[in-house]
Amino acid sequence: MAPLLELQDVEARYGPVQALHGVSLTVGEGEIVAVLGGNGAGKTTTLRAISGLVTKSGEVRFAGRRITRAAPERVARIGIAHVPEGRGIFQELSVHENLRLGAYLRRDGFDEGYERARAYFPWLDDRRGQQAGTLSGGEQQMLALARALMSRPRLLLLDEPSLGLAPIVVRELFEIVRQLNEKDGLAVLVVEQNAKLALRSSNRAYVLEVGRVALEGPSAELEQNDSVRKAYLGY
Amino acid sequence: MAEFFQQVVAGLASGSIYALLALAIVIIYRSTGVVNFAQGEMATFTTFIAWTLVDHGLGYWPAFALTLVIAFVGGIALERTIIRPVEGKPVVTVVILTIGLFIMLGGLTNWIWKAEVRSFPPSRPFPTDAWHIGDVAISKQDVGILLVTIGLVGGLWALFQLTKLGLALRASAVNPTASRLVGIRVGWMLAFGWGLAAAIGAVAGLFTAAASPPLEPNMMRPILIYAFAAAVVGGLESAVGAVIGGLAIGVALNLIATYDEHLHIELDRVRLPIALLLILTVLLVRPAGLFGKAVLRRV
Repeated sequence: MAPLLELQDVEARYGPVQALHGVSLTVGEGEIVAVLGGNGAGKTTTLRAISGLVTKSGEVRFAGRRITRAAPERVARIGIAHVPEGRGIFQELSVHENLRLGAYLRRDGFDEGYERARAYFPWLDDRRGQQAGTLSGGEQQMLALARALMSRPRLLLLDEPSLGLAPIVVRELFEIVRQLNEKDGLAVLVVEQNAKLALRSSNRAYVLEVGRVALEGPSAELEQNDSVRKAYLGY
Repeated sequence: MAEFFQQVVAGLASGSIYALLALAIVIIYRSTGVVNFAQGEMATFTTFIAWTLVDHGLGYWPAFALTLVIAFVGGIALERTIIRPVEGKPVVTVVILTIGLFIMLGGLTNWIWKAEVRSFPPSRPFPTDAWHIGDVAISKQDVGILLVTIGLVGGLWALFQLTKLGLALRASAVNPTASRLVGIRVGWMLAFGWGLAAAIGAVAGLFTAAASPPLEPNMMRPILIYAFAAAVVGGLESAVGAVIGGLAIGVALNLIATYDEHLHIELDRVRLPIALLLILTVLLVRPAGLFGKAVLRRV
C-alpha cells in the first residue's frame, strides 16, 4: 500500500540559501514518524515544505495526490494539519475563536469536532472567552493541538511541540498525541529536538543533517545506533 | 447653550465623515500594517463616479448604492493589481506605493472630470430643514448623516464579530501564516479589506460632497488629515477608537469654529495645523492611542 505521505527528493531554498538538499521520507497510515536533527538541519523546513509554506522542487504526495505546488490553504483542505513552531495560535483572539478557526474548513459545523477536542482538553470549556495569548505556554501548545484537531486531519504535522515547556507538560502532550494515534488512527509527523522523547514516542524516525536524510529506521533501532546516541542522546 | 448643543450635533455630523474615513484607514492598517495615503483620493474618485451616475439620470440613492458596489470591487482590484505585487516588501515600499496611488488617483480625477467645481448632489439627499426643539435647531441632514454612519459602523461590527468571514478577516490580520494553515485564503481577505475600506471611504466622500459642497477634486485632502488624526488618536488598530476619535475631532473643530467668532483669534484658520499637532502629540506621548489595545502575550 502506498504511504499516506511521501516526499521524494524535496529541495527547498530561502533566497540564496538552500535548506533542503533532496529529502525523501514517508509516513504510513496510522504511523507516528519523528524527524530528528540539530539546528539548521532542515526539520522545520521539511514541515513547511509539506504544508506549502515554502516552495520546493521534487515531489510531495499525500493520499495519492500530488501536492508539490499546492498552497497551504489547499493542503489544509485535503487533511493535513500543521502546528507550527512557536505554537501558531491566534494570540489576540479568544480560545473559542481559535477553535472556530480550526474548524474553518469544516462544512459540518463546529460541535462534533469540539466534543472530540474537549475529550482531550476538558479545560477548554472554562477558558472559552479568554484571550489565547494569556494562556500559559503549555496551555497554548495544547490549544494549538486542539485547534489542529478541529479540522479533523488525517495527518498531523507537529513542529517542536516540547519547546520551552515543563517536562510534565511535555509528557502530557505526547500522551495525548499517542492516544490520538491509537484511538483515531491519526498519522503524525513530529519534529523534535528532544531526541529521546521523540524516539520513544514514534514508530519510525529520520535523522536530518544539513538538509539531507542521514539515517532512517524504526525508532527502537535508531535508539541503539551508536552515532545517534552520541550525537543526539548524549550517552 | 442652545447654540452649543446645535454645534455639537453639527460637529457629530462632520465627525461622522472623519470617523468613516478613519475607519477605512484602520481596516487597511490592521490587515496590512500600512497606512493607506490614497484613502481620501479613492473617496473623491468614487464620489465623482456617483456624480456621473446621477448625471446620467440615476436617482441619488440608487447611485449611492451602486457607487458603493463599484468602490468595493475597485478596492479589491487595486489590492490585487497594485498592492499584491509588493506584499511582504518593507512597509516603506508599500507606503510609497499608496502615496503614488494618491497622486495617480488625484491626477485621474482631474483628468476625467476636469477641475470643475460641481454642486453634488443636485438635490439634497436629506431634507434641508431642521427640527426645532425649544431654541435648538437640529439639521435633518446632520442627523441623517449621523444615523447612516451609526448604521454602517454597527453593520461592520456585526460583520467582524459575528460572522465566519469576519473571524477569518481578523485572523488574517493577526496571524497570516496560521490563517493559511487553517485554510483561510489570506490574499483574498486582504483584498476584501481593501474593498471594504474603499466602500466606506466612498460613503465619506459622498457625505462630504453633500454636507460641505462643492464637489471638487481636492475636497478630501483636509478630511484625510482629520481622519488620520482620528485614527491616530484612536490608536490605528482600534475601530472603536477611530469612530470615537472622528466624532470627537468633528465636535471639537466645530466648537472652535463657533466660539472663535467671539474670541477673535481666528482659530478657524489653524484647524489643519491643530489636527497635525494632535497627530504629533499622540504619536509622541501615547503611540498606542487612547484606545490602542495592549495585547498580552506570554512567551
